[in-house]
Amino acid sequence: MEEQEEKKEQKKKIKVKMREQPPLERIKNFNEVPHGYSPEEAVEEAIRCLSCKRPTCVDYCPVEVDIPGFLKLVKEGEFLEAAYKVKETNALPAVCGRVCPQEVQCESGCIVGKKGEPVAIGNLERFVADYEAEKGEVMIPEKPKPTGRKIAVIGSGPGGLTCAADLAMSGHQVTLFEALHKPGGVLIYGIPEFRLPKLIVEREVEYIKKLGVELVLNAVIGKIFTVDELLNEQGYDACFICTGAGLPMFMGIPGENLNGVYSANEFLTRANLMKSYLFPRYDTPIKRGRWVAVVGGGNVAMDAARVAMRLGSEKVYLIYRRSEAEMPARKAEVHHAHEEGIEFLFLTNPVRYLDDGQGNVRGVECIKMELGEPDESGRRRPVPIKGSEFQMEVDIAIPALGTRANPLLPKTMPDLKLNKRGYIIAEEATGMTSKRGVFAGGDIVTGAATVILAMGAGRKAARAINEYLKWKYWDFSGLAISQ
Amino acid sequence: MFKILKKEEKSDLVILFEIAAKDIAKKAKPGNFFILKIHEEGERIPLTIADFDRDKGTITSVFQKVGKTTYHLGILNEGDYLSDVIGPLGNPSHIENFGKVVCVGGGVGIAPVYPITKALKEAGNKIISIIGARSKDLLFWEDKMRKVSDELIVTTDDGSYGRKGVVTIPLEEILKGDQVKATKKHVPSFEDREVVQEPSVNLVIAIGPPIMMKFVCKTTEKFNVKTIVSLNSIMVDGTGMCGACRVEVGGETKFACVDGPEFDGHKVDFDLLMKRLQMYLVEEKVAMDMYSGKM
Ligand SMILES: Cc1cc2nc3c(=O)[nH]c(=O)nc-3n(C[C@H](O)[C@H](O)[C@H](O)COP(=O)(O)OP(=O)(O)OC[C@H]3O[C@@H](n4cnc5c(N)ncnc54)[C@H](O)[C@@H]3O)c2cc1C
Ligand SMILES: Cc1cc2nc3c(=O)[nH]c(=O)nc-3n(C[C@H](O)[C@H](O)[C@H](O)COP(=O)(O)OP(=O)(O)OC[C@H]3O[C@@H](n4cnc5c(N)ncnc54)[C@H](O)[C@@H]3O)c2cc1C
Ligand code: SF4
Ligand code: SF4
Ligand code: FES
Repeated sequence: MEEQEEKKEQKKKIKVKMREQPPLERIKNFNEVPHGYSPEEAVEEAIRCLSCKRPTCVDYCPVEVDIPGFLKLVKEGEFLEAAYKVKETNALPAVCGRVCPQEVQCESGCIVGKKGEPVAIGNLERFVADYEAEKGEVMIPEKPKPTGRKIAVIGSGPGGLTCAADLAMSGHQVTLFEALHKPGGVLIYGIPEFRLPKLIVEREVEYIKKLGVELVLNAVIGKIFTVDELLNEQGYDACFICTGAGLPMFMGIPGENLNGVYSANEFLTRANLMKSYLFPRYDTPIKRGRWVAVVGGGNVAMDAARVAMRLGSEKVYLIYRRSEAEMPARKAEVHHAHEEGIEFLFLTNPVRYLDDGQGNVRGVECIKMELGEPDESGRRRPVPIKGSEFQMEVDIAIPALGTRANPLLPKTMPDLKLNKRGYIIAEEATGMTSKRGVFAGGDIVTGAATVILAMGAGRKAARAINEYLKWKYWDFSGLAISQ
Repeated sequence: MFKILKKEEKSDLVILFEIAAKDIAKKAKPGNFFILKIHEEGERIPLTIADFDRDKGTITSVFQKVGKTTYHLGILNEGDYLSDVIGPLGNPSHIENFGKVVCVGGGVGIAPVYPITKALKEAGNKIISIIGARSKDLLFWEDKMRKVSDELIVTTDDGSYGRKGVVTIPLEEILKGDQVKATKKHVPSFEDREVVQEPSVNLVIAIGPPIMMKFVCKTTEKFNVKTIVSLNSIMVDGTGMCGACRVEVGGETKFACVDGPEFDGHKVDFDLLMKRLQMYLVEEKVAMDMYSGKM
């Protein structure tokens, strides 16, 4: 009897695992890796939550989802109600449940995690959102009275989608401009299908259209219209810029322009947005490498490596200049990448790409690194070990070294203040910029960050735009700016 | 959706489309390009805005059938739709009164060189144009080019029309002629020779196949005449986001879609451009074979 109790106690320390496609199977397809919880599993997991009076998990969620609140509803089997509860503060739970770095956010604050595994808040958020969608009972809130105000939102990533939805719910006429031929930003062109099925993003886009948001695709703002034209000629009362940080960085080492060296952005855009994994049914080609080297340690690198694996590569290496502990990628993705047979080369950095004589990459020369003094980010700075160079044979190389601010739009707005790295300077709490009527948020303000932070910025800006429309007050002191 | 309002078959391989794209037409400038996608499964390909009509709200494109997407475009007709048209992209050409300009258009490159030539003419330049193609039936817009040029020279590789040979032959003659004229006029003292030998052509614009642009640049380099080329690298988004269009100019990596497409030809690494254009040779063949199988 006592033994049984103990076992039960023990079990409580571990979260309910999500069923997944086995690694050897999933590397042959682009279908989603985890299958999601069944209702029974969801309840079993939710029961692990202690319904804390002072829920520390909530402190670590950037949008303060009422976590104990929605988990209580899951425990009671009120899944739809639970979904609505999450949606009070988080417009895209199906997305966040899948891509938030929970281990450094909500779940890192969970008290249960002190003695075992934290409550799987992300998994449960995903479950309730999927449940709601499956039941086809997605709630469309009643349309408020039109205010007659027109707002332009530029960029349809998570930040733009959230802002557009909130503004539409306030009764404004919202136009969402997107440069690409499909809406969703990184959710569509960057994050692969097996991690975030595109159907989910499409569902969210349908939802904001139902709210009355007008979507204008193929509209590169700065080229087809300038922000000044939107505000002064087309009658928009305010504008929210959420154009992301899409400009790939290269290391500037020899051989980077050889055929077969892709920026992660290009590789992922071809694969995800252009569906080149379905070539030749889809027209856009992508090189399928036999041996592939991906450089970097973030989500982008992990995604590129796992896409390369699914394109049929024999060997995929992930080259990272620090050690595993410093990798900024989501833990779940690193775990999945390991399972899928990606070979990690830590404390290693490429120094040049090798030419096969025909202009194609045939290998990469790397150097071993060791960790020295901490740098400004607090992480120990990797320094090269002299004489430790070595070469490896690869026919595709994918540097995933982060992104910079795309100057295309800011260049057309000389009165918009940028920081020295080209990001838009905006007030943290409101998104207010130096230009009257123009708000900004997401990666174009903070630099590459997370989906949930971009959504948070979109929500704050929507609130601030409402205030601005009421009072027409503009005081950009530039003090409380976010970096 | 973007409607094709007019189609003209310039030859078996070269086709002209007029596309309804009101907002793009309003903003288009010489030197800009656009990106199109035919349908859901299609590829995004860049084409130059060869002309535009702001009143009618149309843009004109002249393209050559070279592979799957351009062949597919070729079977579309007036009244058909393209799912996506994005533009105007790239930096517009720098237009001012330079003095005397030679505009060179090779093959389908005649289309993009036309609006630039027209704008340069309107800005008061004296224009000598050279247009060339492999053979007579691949030539087009001779009349349009003549209208915006003070002098027009036509070449064909096989001699089926105009002068036989490639565009660099008349180009070299012009530059040499300048040199000779200049030397004759002044009969200077020895010290002045440097100055005197400066040819009177102030600028050359060359658009065409990379190999043509490369040899134009080799020619003009000898005479030290600034040469602008427009690079047709492989592109995906056209907004600076992917880096597919990387080219090397003066030893630096540039993105053709946002830093260009026009660059100082004397600094361009054409060999790299040509290699990068061959990146998908195998895949392009697969796509084309499958497509012709279906036709
Ligand atoms: C491969 C990859 C994987 C990632 N994985 C994760 C993850 O697991 N978890 C996580 O939290 N975060 C992840 N991130 C980061 C996250 O996706 C971003 O922080 C987030 O998408 C930023 O949102 P945003 O709204 O600011 O911009 P974006 O999502 O970048 O969207 C910007 C949109 O604006 C459009 N645009 C740009 N310029 C213009 C213009 N001039 N006119 C009109 N439209 C324009 C773009 O085409 C794009 O659609 C990942 C990023 C990448 C690239
Ligand atoms: C700025 C710019 C302006 C251009 N203007 C014109 C024009 O006015 N008229 C015209 O006929 N052509 C123009 N081109 C070239 C045109 O884009 C290619 O011919 C077209 O993409 C070929 O596609 P395809 O599927 O028919 O051929 P494919 O079989 O795919 O390829 C044939 C060749 O075209 C090139 N190519 C392939 N894909 C691309 C791509 N996505 N982007 C660019 N080049 C590619 C490659 O060199 C390839 O070997 C321009 C290119 C650029 C970059
Ligand atoms: S939004 Fe993200 S951080 Fe917040 S509770 Fe959901 S998964 Fe956790
Ligand atoms: S901290 Fe953990 S146990 Fe407490 S309410 Fe949050 S999820 Fe539940
Ligand atoms: S085409 Fe993608 S950056 Fe130029």
